[in-house]
Amino acid sequence: MTRIYFDYNATTPVAPAVVDEVVRVTRDVFGNASSVHAFGQQAKTVVDAARSALAALLGADPSEVVFTSGGTEADNFAIRGAAEALEPAGRRHLIASAIEHEAVLNTLKALARRGWRTTLLRLDETGVVAPDRLREAITDDTALVSVMHANNEIGTIQPVAELAAIAHAHGALMHTDAVQSAGKIPVDVRALGVDLLSVSAHKFNGPKGAGALWIKRGTRMQPVMTGGKHERNRRAGTENVPALAGLGVAATLAAQKMSSEALRVAALRDRLEAGILRAVPGTAVNGARESRVPNTTNISFDHIEAESLLIALDLEGVAVSTGSACSSGTLEPSHVLRAMGLPPHRTQNSLRFSLGMFSNQEEVDRVIELMPRLVEKLRGLTRKPVVAGG
Amino acid sequence: MSGGVDSSVAAALLAEQGHDVIGLSMQLYDASGAEGRASFGSCCSIDDLHDARRVAAAIDIPHYVLNFERQFDEQVVSNFVQEYAAGRTPLPCAHCNSDLKFATLVERARGFGADAVATGHYARVERDAASGRFLLKRGVDPEKDQSYFLFSLTQDQLARAVFPVGDRPKDEVREYARRRRLPVADKPDSQEICFIPDHDYAAFVTARVPAAAREGAIVDEQGRVLGSHGGIHRFTVGQRKGLGLSTPAPMYVLELRPADQQVVVGPKTSLEQTTLTASGVNWILDEPVAPRTVTAQIRHRHRPALAIVRSLDGARAEVVFETPQIAITPGQAVVFYDGDVVVGGGWID
Repeated sequence: MTRIYFDYNATTPVAPAVVDEVVRVTRDVFGNASSVHAFGQQAKTVVDAARSALAALLGADPSEVVFTSGGTEADNFAIRGAAEALEPAGRRHLIASAIEHEAVLNTLKALARRGWRTTLLRLDETGVVAPDRLREAITDDTALVSVMHANNEIGTIQPVAELAAIAHAHGALMHTDAVQSAGKIPVDVRALGVDLLSVSAHKFNGPKGAGALWIKRGTRMQPVMTGGKHERNRRAGTENVPALAGLGVAATLAAQKMSSEALRVAALRDRLEAGILRAVPGTAVNGARESRVPNTTNISFDHIEAESLLIALDLEGVAVSTGSACSSGTLEPSHVLRAMGLPPHRTQNSLRFSLGMFSNQEEVDRVIELMPRLVEKLRGLTRKPVVAGG
Repeated sequence: MSGGVDSSVAAALLAEQGHDVIGLSMQLYDASGAEGRASFGSCCSIDDLHDARRVAAAIDIPHYVLNFERQFDEQVVSNFVQEYAAGRTPLPCAHCNSDLKFATLVERARGFGADAVATGHYARVERDAASGRFLLKRGVDPEKDQSYFLFSLTQDQLARAVFPVGDRPKDEVREYARRRRLPVADKPDSQEICFIPDHDYAAFVTARVPAAAREGAIVDEQGRVLGSHGGIHRFTVGQRKGLGLSTPAPMYVLELRPADQQVVVGPKTSLEQTTLTASGVNWILDEPVAPRTVTAQIRHRHRPALAIVRSLDGARAEVVFETPQIAITPGQAVVFYDGDVVVGGGWID
């Protein structure tokens, strides 16, 4: 069976040039980047090249890039590191949007159990955080505001720059999880005006196990991973040199191809979306269609259990998802769609299609052709409309 | 696919026979406990799902976990605790089969294009050529037979049920699993009630229905108070241990009276009864118009006994045994057999 992969927001296929570099470094550059000798220097050179490549993608200074094991660690580092640094100043309040990734939401919950006040900002029905919501929630003891750049489930882009200005006016730090935007759309740390920004290599055709937290120079932070003097005392642990080398190549590729790829993928996504809406009655797009990353669409199918449609599609060789890969397998309706105020049934009947580097029109057309039959079959079996929490 | 050897072999057999097989596992309950208080990283049900996934990979079939936590809670667990709280001894596996596995799960599977749903039950389904009815028969391994738990399947449900291990003894099933190198070949059989891994039913019931823990009296057949107890849900008919009585002769639970919270005890001879009535009766063979001689089984490990069953109005039945039976227990099933063939069954009143 020829399989179609439309789940790029979960993870992406690794670009061939990245594979080559990861293999080369694994084989030829085994040194510890902290070692003084030639082997160490060789490894350090590889890591520094990766740092420069990622900094270029983000409009940042290489010295501001701290490598991590991925997006989750970067988010943990941002929140826990800022919280610990600002607590002595009497700041005991954290704010995030209600549609953050679990890496942010569950870190906030963990800190809440240790006495931190936390506030989650609700969304409007287009899936965007209204800046007024932040103005209402923020206080002078807020330490950090964390709002993702682009959402993983619906792809909407948040007004991060505007939110950062509000945070700074109250002396709070601003973090954005840019895991779903970096490599897909321009991410410029200065234009966004943030202090902290998380990225993950495997979301832009890099290897898994590699990511970074960008920390604006001069930001007060405490390390979370303590140990040796790696990453200028900011993140201990021997660098994953081959994965970081791959991250660097992936960042360079993304920067080179971004403008053409964004247009190409957006055209495919729009074709897929329009095709499904036309071919399948009782469908609707979730979230604002104007302001979102070019590869993502999230579609509700009336009277369908999304989990069933996902499996039916997979059996036909089409890979999509019901939400974030991290929350599938749970019964809970999408926290993102719920935070947008969608009615319960729409939070459990929605599928995410996310495209990328290897997606093409033939695949899009095959999925459009396939959908009506699968949906009709499932709808024919549904005795009553699916109502969440009933 | 539960992650056990029986459903694993069922899937492997069908795949080997060339069927187009989809592996499905049901996530039924969250054994990890409340957030932040879970014993870190331990969860029996997750381990079983992991085993199911490994088996599916070994036999090269797709595998999906379907989340039925809400349905399981509504259709099986709620009934289980209510029954105990009402002084009855429930049989959740039978409810799970007829209300979840061969209902919701089958419906889902049909949505993926599946014609039938196979499980690892030790039972057999055959179509009777003469009547066109689907017959439910005992599995060939008498020690493992599970037809008792399947009595409430309707004709529609039986038509879509496949039991690939039902015509094999258990040791042959294990041997097959070893030969196919299935990673669960030597996994122990599951025991007891899946959603109460520590087997503490009483604590489970009181956690859900605190009112069940009402204290009451232990009385003899004449109504004399012999002692007290912490809730009738802690007892089942025929129980001898855990009564906390110091009587000269062993005493057994004869009856539970939820209205006045009484546990009635007496000597073993008082446990003997010859008749029972059942509700929610399902006839797999034609409903008998006249009293019918059957062998009737009143619990999973009961040796079926000769009886006459008479169908009553309102899906009820009356059963008269040839000889008295020990501990006829309300809430359990009574299943009627003609040899190996399930005639029907119902819930003991």
